[in-house]
Amino acid sequence: MEALMALLVGLMIAAALYLMLSGLLVRFVFGFTLMGNAINLLIFTAGRLTYSDPPLINPGQTILAGQTANALPQALILTAIVIGFAMTTFLLILLARTFDQTRTLDADQPPFLCELPDTGPLASNINIPEKKG
Amino acid sequence: MPLTAPCIDKVPDCCRAGLFSSVLPLALFGMLCLAWPGVVQGEVFLVEWAWVPSLDLYLRFRLDGLSLLFCLIVTMAGFFVSLYASSYMAGKQHLGRFFVYLHGFMIAMLGIVTADNLLLLFVFWEATTILSYLLIGFDHENTTAREHARQAILITVAGGLFLLFGILLLKTAGGSMTLSQWALSGDEIRNHGLYPAIFICVLVGAMTKSAQIPFHFWLPNAMSAPTPISAFLHAATMVKAGIYLLMRFHPLLGGTSLWTGTLVLLGGTTAVWGAVQALGPYDLKRILAYTTMMALGILTLFLGGQTVLSLTAATTFLMVHALYKASLFLAVGSIDHQTGTRDLRHLGGLLKAMPLTAVAVATATLSMAGFPLFFGFIGKEIMYEGALAEEMFPVFATTATLASNALMTAVAAIILITPFLGRRPLMTAQICEVPWTMRLGPAIMGGIGVLFGIIPEWVSANLVQPAVFAYHPAREEIRMVLFHGFKLPLLLSMITLTTGGLIYWFRIRLRHFIQTGLDRLWITTPGIYQRTLDLFLWSAGGFTRTLQSGSLHTYLSIILMVLAVIVGGSWFVHIPSVFIVPGINDDWIAAGLCGFILLSSGVVVTARRRLAAIGGLGGVGAGVALIFLIFGAPDIALTQLLVETLTVVIVSMVLFRLPPIDTVRKRARTRNLFNAVLSLCIGLLVTTFLMGVLTAPLDRSLTDFFEKYSYIAAHGRNIVNVILVDFRSLDTLGEICVVVLAAWAGVALMRSRKKEE
Repeated sequence: MEALMALLVGLMIAAALYLMLSGLLVRFVFGFTLMGNAINLLIFTAGRLTYSDPPLINPGQTILAGQTANALPQALILTAIVIGFAMTTFLLILLARTFDQTRTLDADQPPFLCELPDTGPLASNINIPEKKG
Repeated sequence: MPLTAPCIDKVPDCCRAGLFSSVLPLALFGMLCLAWPGVVQGEVFLVEWAWVPSLDLYLRFRLDGLSLLFCLIVTMAGFFVSLYASSYMAGKQHLGRFFVYLHGFMIAMLGIVTADNLLLLFVFWEATTILSYLLIGFDHENTTAREHARQAILITVAGGLFLLFGILLLKTAGGSMTLSQWALSGDEIRNHGLYPAIFICVLVGAMTKSAQIPFHFWLPNAMSAPTPISAFLHAATMVKAGIYLLMRFHPLLGGTSLWTGTLVLLGGTTAVWGAVQALGPYDLKRILAYTTMMALGILTLFLGGQTVLSLTAATTFLMVHALYKASLFLAVGSIDHQTGTRDLRHLGGLLKAMPLTAVAVATATLSMAGFPLFFGFIGKEIMYEGALAEEMFPVFATTATLASNALMTAVAAIILITPFLGRRPLMTAQICEVPWTMRLGPAIMGGIGVLFGIIPEWVSANLVQPAVFAYHPAREEIRMVLFHGFKLPLLLSMITLTTGGLIYWFRIRLRHFIQTGLDRLWITTPGIYQRTLDLFLWSAGGFTRTLQSGSLHTYLSIILMVLAVIVGGSWFVHIPSVFIVPGINDDWIAAGLCGFILLSSGVVVTARRRLAAIGGLGGVGAGVALIFLIFGAPDIALTQLLVETLTVVIVSMVLFRLPPIDTVRKRARTRNLFNAVLSLCIGLLVTTFLMGVLTAPLDRSLTDFFEKYSYIAAHGRNIVNVILVDFRSLDTLGEICVVVLAAWAGVALMRSRKKEE
């Protein structure tokens, strides 16, 4: 089962990166969300999978009894899910604002690319060489 | 004192800034005079404070004969230059700043020549570089001045780096950082394998500072500085810092054939090349700059020698040159100040208008030419004696000295005769003599040149001998006399004067010849400098344009490729050949869920419509939540379902305000293929990583701790919740902060959008 999960996580990451590389900003956000899910699964699997009870202490006891799921990765993932949600929302708002400003969501279009001047004229006025020497 | 100068700047009569601040060098000069008799007796003044002892860096200052000689030159020139500048710079802007730089420079220079710790010396060395940059570019609204300042700082800083490297190598070789201990450990360093490298690095440092070929070209260009600065930095003091460095390193590195051969050949070539070029220009300051280059070459040449005679020649000529050159620079500045030009073609007949300046120039040039009874004559005699006694290349040394001295004589004649004698051009009819502040410096320094020429015994006993003894172990008595008798040096002196006269006679033809010859040179050091600079700018521009293109695709691809190559490459070496993955019972439900998630991901990737993509995203989220549920994590399954629902809602809200996905132009097939391959590589990397993690044994110590203390310490039965709100509550606080910040920023973005509407 773990090997299957590892394969799934790898494929999800690949899908997410493919979306992020596509150059369309909407797909970038999709990829971002997908990657968040993939990484949560990765952390979960790394803490080992068990078909056991959730980590709850039974009433009347003070120490966890018997085999339960690993609590630590669950706590980490809980935090990650919430932060991932906040980031996705923020990205979406940013996306909407970007579209307002640029009227395009194609990241390979001019408003997103910086055009630096050629250094040719810059170099020529940086220093006047002395002729003799 | 220099710090008070900016306040004085506010005083309407800005001359006072200079007058007031010239008290500082004068006071220092007076204090040095108090220490002088002691130093002549062989006394050494030493003060030391620890600065960074772990780095061998001590604030250790030492005043011996050599330091005293340099200090006297620096403070004397500093005094006259401040005084001179108070009138010369009158009416210019930023005078306060000017005097701060000037006196800051003077203090740094005094630091170089008194520091007894090599690292401390380096600190002051760099300080003079920076201050000289500020001073050359003082007229910062002038493009040429800025360019020349940049050229000077680039070259001298590069040399400074070499020097620093040399210092580090010296330390590696076991050399002491204390200069005064070098006389003891010389043999050890000279026989060390690193010796040639140390020598080259130190030499390059000295060469750049002291304008030796091929780093000489910044010096004539540094003439963009105001004239008092040229007189101070580029004649009397800073360019001599390299010479001082060679003198100090002499007991440690000197005496090998590498040292002697390199210095003699280098110095001789620089001297002759500088002297030849001095005949070319019409600008008086440029002429003086080339003669300074010649003088620095001569000094290097004589520092190559080992004999007392050779070193005496260097030390004496150092004083001769400082006196006449500072005086000449200041006098040329006076001419420029009064007539508005320093071009030889527009000058003439100034003798009547500026008599005292003319006298000062006369004494200085006669000393420069080496006429008998002038200090320059003494210097020249001892130079020839030293050159003839050179251990290596005595013929070359003598010829180079003779040639450059003859050319110097001719240049001296040009400087003296052309501006002051002959017909006065009409445009300079109204001019008069400069104020006393500008006459005093040239006159007194010229006068000292005459005085020293008459009392050479006193000079040799009180200045030259203590200085030479400070960096030469042999304690032979040095005695300079007015007249050496009819010997070879006297004959050479006479030849020098005659040849100089001849060169002066044919100067116009020679100048033409030199100019055409220089114009025909197809490879020049300034050209190489320029091309190197252009290359740097071109490659920097290229790098920036490639790396900072603004293309999301490029950025991501570079990051991912680096990740794939570096991480993947290192795993390729260290990866375990077999993965032992714990296989819990295969479950068809879980496997089906995995398939569902994969399918949903595929939908997101291939979706051509927004709705399909959103549906796919929701499917992935739900599938992940179910997996959490199966494997004993109901809390996160719940959160995941809630968050996923919210995400789908928000994505739908935003997405349907945006244009459909498929309106964007199609990408090239090759690019999509590249993206797919790269993504799959990283995916494979992640799978391998996870397999590796699963193969390693699980460390449950943290989990065990939480399981044990969850109820006892935190009184909670839900361990996941206890971790979040108790054990790791600061993390949760951070998480809340992120959510609040994201919400805040989102609201701000939306509000600004509404405002625009």
